[in-house]
Amino acid sequence: MRRHIPLIVLTIAALLPFAGFSTYVMHILILVFIWTTIGMAWNLLGGYCGQVSFGHAAYFGVGAYTAGILYAKLGMSPWWGIPFSIVIVGIFALILGFIVLRLRGPFFALATLASGEVMRITAENLVGFTGGSLGIMVQERTWVGKLWYYYIILLIASATYFLVKKLIESKLGYYFVAIREDQDAAESLGINTTFYKTIALCLSGTITGIAGAFYTNYMGYIDPNVVFALHDISIIAIMIVMVGGVATYLGPFVGAIIMVVLAEFIRSLPGLGTAYQTLFGILLIVIVIYLPNGIVGDFPKLSRVLSRMVRTSR
Amino acid sequence: MVKLEVFLQTLIQGFLMGGLYALIGLGMTLIMGVMKIINLAHGELMMVAMYVAYWMFVLFHIDPYLSVFIATPLLFFLGIAIQKFLINPVLKVDSILPENQVILTVGVGMVLANLATIFFTSDYRSTPVGYATKAWYLSDYWKTSPIELSLSVPWTVSFVFAVFITTALWFFLAKTDTGKSIRATAQDPDAALLMGVNVKLMRVVTFGIGSGLVGAAGCLFIPIYYLYPALGGQFTLIAFVITILGGLGSTVGAIIGGLILGVFESLTSTYVGMGWAPVGRFVIFVACLIFLPGGVASLLRKKRFGR
Repeated sequence: MRRHIPLIVLTIAALLPFAGFSTYVMHILILVFIWTTIGMAWNLLGGYCGQVSFGHAAYFGVGAYTAGILYAKLGMSPWWGIPFSIVIVGIFALILGFIVLRLRGPFFALATLASGEVMRITAENLVGFTGGSLGIMVQERTWVGKLWYYYIILLIASATYFLVKKLIESKLGYYFVAIREDQDAAESLGINTTFYKTIALCLSGTITGIAGAFYTNYMGYIDPNVVFALHDISIIAIMIVMVGGVATYLGPFVGAIIMVVLAEFIRSLPGLGTAYQTLFGILLIVIVIYLPNGIVGDFPKLSRVLSRMVRTSR
Repeated sequence: MVKLEVFLQTLIQGFLMGGLYALIGLGMTLIMGVMKIINLAHGELMMVAMYVAYWMFVLFHIDPYLSVFIATPLLFFLGIAIQKFLINPVLKVDSILPENQVILTVGVGMVLANLATIFFTSDYRSTPVGYATKAWYLSDYWKTSPIELSLSVPWTVSFVFAVFITTALWFFLAKTDTGKSIRATAQDPDAALLMGVNVKLMRVVTFGIGSGLVGAAGCLFIPIYYLYPALGGQFTLIAFVITILGGLGSTVGAIIGGLILGVFESLTSTYVGMGWAPVGRFVIFVACLIFLPGGVASLLRKKRFGR
């Protein structure tokens, strides 16, 4: 049964548009799958390889701007951004990895955080190239409805899922986990840690970049403060994985559902809308203290606690 | 001549700013040395102190420089509370990711920044102190001076305060028993524990002192800087760059690192453009990682042992 969960989820997800949801619900579903993709990408680097990145907005933004600049400067369809972002974000991640992967643990975390911020400031200041704070507007939308956007992001998300699963079950996955558990021990066993960390970073960054390129197509407008945002992209990516489950296949999906729905719910509450970051912060603190491996990762613990609560209430 | 004037003025400005940066960096380097974690809520703690100083000024007309003595103890206890009730429980929790404490501090920072936005709105504020735009000019003291240089009053006073606090901290760490215990914990927690140091208490105290230092820095910044809830993030980055630049956990390194960063940032904003100063920060950070991974502290160590 457990083995078939992903296929069942995928089938249900593929059939969902036929239920005749409103465009608002479709928008939420598309957001869920964008975040699932980013979460799985983050999980590949952070969850399996143990390199906690606070700067995935850098890759997301570079992917988004690849699509945006192709459209604004070269007059190409922004959909070309998706294949192009694979190359450009890949190279970008390689260069960035050369710098940040020299660091370990918390230092890596902060260096990635700085990289995201620097990309934002660079994009703001290179007015001639990126349009500065004005951003890039995609004038003509490919489709008015949400249906095709939904299927494209579903395709991207499920492809990412199977890619991550294949990778982690291969030799590479064991190397990643070995690096996470003890980098020095992995090194002494003959694993070229820098090489494998670079692979993890490039893959993770590229997938995030694809999600970014899709975002440009879907939203039709990007500016540095949106796509390079620290709290709204980088931190949310971490939270999705932390809430859903670190180093689990389905964790990012569960996390994305919870976070997107929660964000929409809190923002819709009158008076509490501006406080959503406080509530997210408290949620993050609670998760870190009580469910450090996320809902999927700590599911046995969670169900034990719940069943005990049910029993005592009886 | 004008070029030289601009250059010297930039250097002075950078040096004064560097002194304040050093104070921010010191708090972080102390916490990092003892606890081996990065406090990503560092800038947000500074923001809290700045709001304390701001409201003290607006409500009770207390000069921001006097608020140092109010905000520092306040932040000290806030830091202790964060360490005791949030970070300590996480240290015991068993998890896959070792960076859980860092992620936790992100959560704390988010809550602080957002609460400030809710309570104080995201308006830019500054304290209208009387001496904000006053300056000392070189030509007032030396009539025939070929070049004209100025020394801003609030910047200089803040710098002097920063130097004073840094000296007091050095005295505390080097001469008192508590300070020695903190240094011992930073060097080797297990050995310190065996020598009868209360490591747990030292961690709590260190987090308090680190927060107190950044709180003092916040009060010193408020006469010369404006204040808004989202300002924390950039100062966390500054503190981190200083820590890397100075060498991890080294207090002397943090002071030198702060001065280097201040001068460098001042040079970038004069000669490249105001908006590029944060990029300059990252450039110096990358250069340091590639050419001097141990930071300034590794150079100092080399000199001391004559290698």
